Amino acid sequence: MKAISFDTTNALCGSILTAVGLFFAWQSFGLEIGTAFRMGPGYFPLLLSAVLTLLGVVILVQSARVHGEPMGPIAIRGMFFILPAPIFFGLTVRGLGFVPAVFLTSLIACFASHRMKPLWAIAVSLGLAIFSVVVFSYGLNLPFERFGPWARF
Amino acid sequence: MDLFSNLALGFATAGSPANLLFCLIGVLLGTLIGVLPGIGATATIAMLLPITFQLEPVSSLIMLAGIYYGAQYGGSTTAILINMPGESSSAVTAIDGYQMARNGRAGTALAIAALGSFFAGTVSTFLVALFAPPLTAIALEFGAAEYFSLMIVGLVSSVALAHGSVVKALAMVALGLLLGLVGTDIYTGTPRFTLGIREYADGLNFVALAVGVFGIAEILRNLESEKTREVLMARVSELLPTKEDFKRMFAPVIRGTVIGSALGVLPGGGAILAAFASYTVEKRISDRPEEFGRGAIAGVAGPESANNAGAQTSFIPLLTLGIPANPVMALMIGAMIIQGIVPGPNVATEQPALFWGIIASMWIGNLMLVVLNLPLIGLWVKLLKIPYFVLFPIIMAFCSIGVYSVNSNVYDLYAVAFFGLVGYLLLKLRCEPAPLLLGFVLGPLLEENLRRAMILSRGDPTTFVTRPISAALLLIAAIVLVVVFLPAVKAKREEVFVEED
Repeated sequence: MKAISFDTTNALCGSILTAVGLFFAWQSFGLEIGTAFRMGPGYFPLLLSAVLTLLGVVILVQSARVHGEPMGPIAIRGMFFILPAPIFFGLTVRGLGFVPAVFLTSLIACFASHRMKPLWAIAVSLGLAIFSVVVFSYGLNLPFERFGPWARF
Repeated sequence: MDLFSNLALGFATAGSPANLLFCLIGVLLGTLIGVLPGIGATATIAMLLPITFQLEPVSSLIMLAGIYYGAQYGGSTTAILINMPGESSSAVTAIDGYQMARNGRAGTALAIAALGSFFAGTVSTFLVALFAPPLTAIALEFGAAEYFSLMIVGLVSSVALAHGSVVKALAMVALGLLLGLVGTDIYTGTPRFTLGIREYADGLNFVALAVGVFGIAEILRNLESEKTREVLMARVSELLPTKEDFKRMFAPVIRGTVIGSALGVLPGGGAILAAFASYTVEKRISDRPEEFGRGAIAGVAGPESANNAGAQTSFIPLLTLGIPANPVMALMIGAMIIQGIVPGPNVATEQPALFWGIIASMWIGNLMLVVLNLPLIGLWVKLLKIPYFVLFPIIMAFCSIGVYSVNSNVYDLYAVAFFGLVGYLLLKLRCEPAPLLLGFVLGPLLEENLRRAMILSRGDPTTFVTRPISAALLLIAAIVLVVVFLPAVKAKREEVFVEED
């Protein structure tokens, strides 16, 4: 018997989509389905998740036949610093206030590149914080507190 | 004549000092981000969307539209000077434009691109003005069933025009539709898929999704392998093309405009396809096909006109039907909704100043681009030297500020991070995000119209095929779907999209 080989990218893609489809289907069953005449909140989502699951399975099956190029490098360092940046902004914008939050968010994002030197990172973030406060806070009058309760002495 | 009084109203609206200013800001910003590779029009508009909340509806839409077609212009500058498309639709321009630059004709190539784009922009603006009103009249006859079928056509076309696997693109549509349903059910008020988080009861934030999937995922991809860009610093001199050049660009520009205008109306990203179609046509009918790939003027003039014409006519489905033709148009719908305007056929009659103002502003914006860009080329070239590692922290900060200022909801920022991860994952799995975004925007509308149509027909699904307009639309969708699965077309399609990468 010949061993079945998979195209990793597509196999992964198919499994993820199938799983997501099943998840949405499971959630839909918790809602009222209704009839085709009077559709409940769960009717259309259930239909869609069935389609998604089916397509996921098709991709999974196809992955055993078709071979694509490999996935290529993954930006681990990028993910490690870029993704937390908006989360950090969300956690601190009310407490620390707008200016420190922008500065720190940009500083975190700076470290995603190995080519960024620390001094440069501080300079860029500082410039950005000043620019943002001038444009967004003073210029466009967005209702942000410039320095929040944590940053007051 | 109606057309002229309407256009006069449009020019009066777009010509007000404030709107001229926002048009100028839009096209300058658009050119800027078009020039810089690694940040596209979609991400920029997504970021700026919340800020436009402060502006008048007309001004904000004029500015956003300016960013969109400004980016097409800027993208070609980058394509010509560093052989790297600033925008995906200028990928073809890089082929011959860069060769022209290497032959010391960078200035001419830039001028041809600008003039061709301007001509195409003028013609297609006029086409939008000409075709929008009759289409609006048809659209007013639409019932729930017709809207449902029309959206199916839109979604299917976005699948047809996506890169790579058709099955994956279909799956992306389904996933997008499902994500669009997150939130409170409009009929019963039941929360759906919110995982118990109250902040998501109003649905996932569109801006957060767009910024995550397009902006952040793109940054992550650029961080995979950090390369230094080489700017071709051949002095950009002799801007004006010679008489001979004019003669050789004339026909390609006209053909490009026609192709672009026709393909731009198609949902799913007409501008990119238009540029490719134009290049293929020019190469096939040229009496000097051997010049292509070595700096053919027709290879720059045709595609550049085509992508600009396509960019303009993609406003037709948006303005008449309220259906987005591409992700940027989906964002424009978001902008209209933020401003309390329901996109659709009623916009033309209820808000004539807005409707015609946007159309007129497109022409004004195109004029500004020609006038400004040729002298400013030196500045754009300098911008190309900014290293990417300085750019992306700035992009990240603006993304965060932008998303937060929509609703001051910190959960939207967590959604950005989540969708950034999702978007990157999809990129890695070679799934195209554009159909997902289109599905996300259309999800609630699609469901609402489906349910309404079914109630009206008392649960009889044949209503979609017994009503003639709806049946015709579904037939179109079916044909498109069958065609993309045909082996011959499939092979050709892969060929086209491989070239693009």
